[in-house]
Amino acid sequence: MSELSNITEGAGLMTNGQPDSPKTQRRMSLPKNWGRCLLILVPYIWLLVLFLVPFIIVVKISLSDTAIAMPPYVPTFAWSEGWTGFWNMISGWDLENFTWLMEDDLYWKSYLSSLEIAVVSSLLALLIGYPIAYSMARAPSEWRPTLLMLIILPFWTSFLIRVYAWIGILKKEGLLNMALMHLGIIDDPLTILNTDIAVYIGIVYSYLPFMVLPLYSSLEKMDDSLLEAATDLGCSPFKAFWLITVPLSMPGILAGCFLVFIPAVGEFVIPDLLGGSNTLMIGKTLWVEFFSNRDWPVASAVAVILLILLVVPIVLFQRQQEKQQEKGA
Amino acid sequence: MRRFSFFNASALTLGFAFLYLPIVLLIIFSFNESRLVTVWGGFSTKWYSAVFANKGFMDAAWVTVRVGLVSATLATILGTMAALVLVRAGRFPGKTLFSGMVYAPLVMPEVITGLSLLLLFVSLDFDRGFWTVILAHVTFSMCYSAVVISSRLVTFDMSLEEAAMDLGASRMATFFQITVPIILPSIVSAWLLSFTLSLDDLVIASFTSGPGATTLPMKIYSQVRLGVTPEINALSTILVVLVSTGVIAASLLTKRREVQRRREERAAVAGG
Repeated sequence: MSELSNITEGAGLMTNGQPDSPKTQRRMSLPKNWGRCLLILVPYIWLLVLFLVPFIIVVKISLSDTAIAMPPYVPTFAWSEGWTGFWNMISGWDLENFTWLMEDDLYWKSYLSSLEIAVVSSLLALLIGYPIAYSMARAPSEWRPTLLMLIILPFWTSFLIRVYAWIGILKKEGLLNMALMHLGIIDDPLTILNTDIAVYIGIVYSYLPFMVLPLYSSLEKMDDSLLEAATDLGCSPFKAFWLITVPLSMPGILAGCFLVFIPAVGEFVIPDLLGGSNTLMIGKTLWVEFFSNRDWPVASAVAVILLILLVVPIVLFQRQQEKQQEKGA
Repeated sequence: MRRFSFFNASALTLGFAFLYLPIVLLIIFSFNESRLVTVWGGFSTKWYSAVFANKGFMDAAWVTVRVGLVSATLATILGTMAALVLVRAGRFPGKTLFSGMVYAPLVMPEVITGLSLLLLFVSLDFDRGFWTVILAHVTFSMCYSAVVISSRLVTFDMSLEEAAMDLGASRMATFFQITVPIILPSIVSAWLLSFTLSLDDLVIASFTSGPGATTLPMKIYSQVRLGVTPEINALSTILVVLVSTGVIAASLLTKRREVQRRREERAAVAGG
């Protein structure tokens, strides 16, 4: 009896409850959706507040004027003034800091020499990294995990310490000069530390793993029978390398160059510790502007332009990665 | 069986010599008796006792370890969530912005990240110090964690979760008893990566730190600017050795776990 009534009740609910059913469904799946929302919202809000909003603030301050106060810029926004305060702030904005950057050639030179140093060091890293990656890919397979570990390990050890290690080697009374003089190759010590050469060495050394890893992963996938076919058909080993290996490893070459170029442009530690007073790099200029000159609006304007410069290579890199993924899939 | 050719062997020897010689020299000269860093004056461990007697170094090391532990743990939790959102959550409004915000910090110059976070803290009137460094470190480390974990989630066999839920496990139980143990190696490496990133960071910490929260890299940097000293060599050696052993041990452990798990999976398939 009771079973029957249960069934009819259920049936009644199903038939008359037509408008109700989406509602019950929603209620049923609410815990799951709620969990999904929470899962999305927590990292989303974190990144919004601590990554995106700070950029908007940088842009805002780059449009403000410098002031001798704390914080050292005007106009600031006072919540108590409400809308009028907001409009006062907006009307105080101008592009003065940016015209200042255009007029002073220190900034132009810094941007250009950062780009130049980054391009040259990417190419140097490619020249040094390619033979390493190539030899790793051709090493006996039981050796490869160890070699890979040896390439990755420096990436984990402190960047600052690895750059610091070069000071003792490159300085005037350093180990390199001592060794060269001892061997009788040079008579007077070379000046390497505090020059652009030291900066190149530092960047290539620090970012070499970023070059080797993508090169290795594209060279490792290569099919050896292609090279065998080329040699069978009369191709010299060098020509076979140039016509087959290099084009097939192009994705790795591009990825490696981007991965060295992008961080090298904004590098601060290497030009500061290894470079000299003549070494102009934009990361260092921004640091000096901020910490020594305490000119926050100009430092922000420097950051905004650096970001605009980097957007192009970053977007190109992302495109190239997506294309690779599509090919792989 | 392939063997090393002459060219390959010499390229690898030269390449690894370039990568490791500076660090090896630094370690050797940390045992130098002489204060002159480039003249060998006999073996000595006195610079190590000098490091441990230096209160400035020890205080900074303690700050760094605390910042590293807290920020790595938070970054791994948030990174796991972000990875789940990227791989599993499907479409939702603003997903492109979200994945942009996850990948952008990986390529952002540190000076910009540091400057922007500092300006945020100033406009919010936050006192800069221990916690602002943690907030900054969590923000960039969680992105690295998300990338590491999501690359593992992409290859995850969903039928394992479906099987658990078919057998009556709740979503939560499935996640903690099936998903987490399987992706655990990637969670461990995400934590380790976050911890070492926090341990290494100089630029972002310099912007976001305040009085009383000097981290070890900041301390080393201020000393290094004055020149090379055997004390810094000794301190660097301690750091390099600690981090390298940690990383090698962790990678061997996770590899062994992975092999064992695969063997168990194969046995289960064969048994069924």
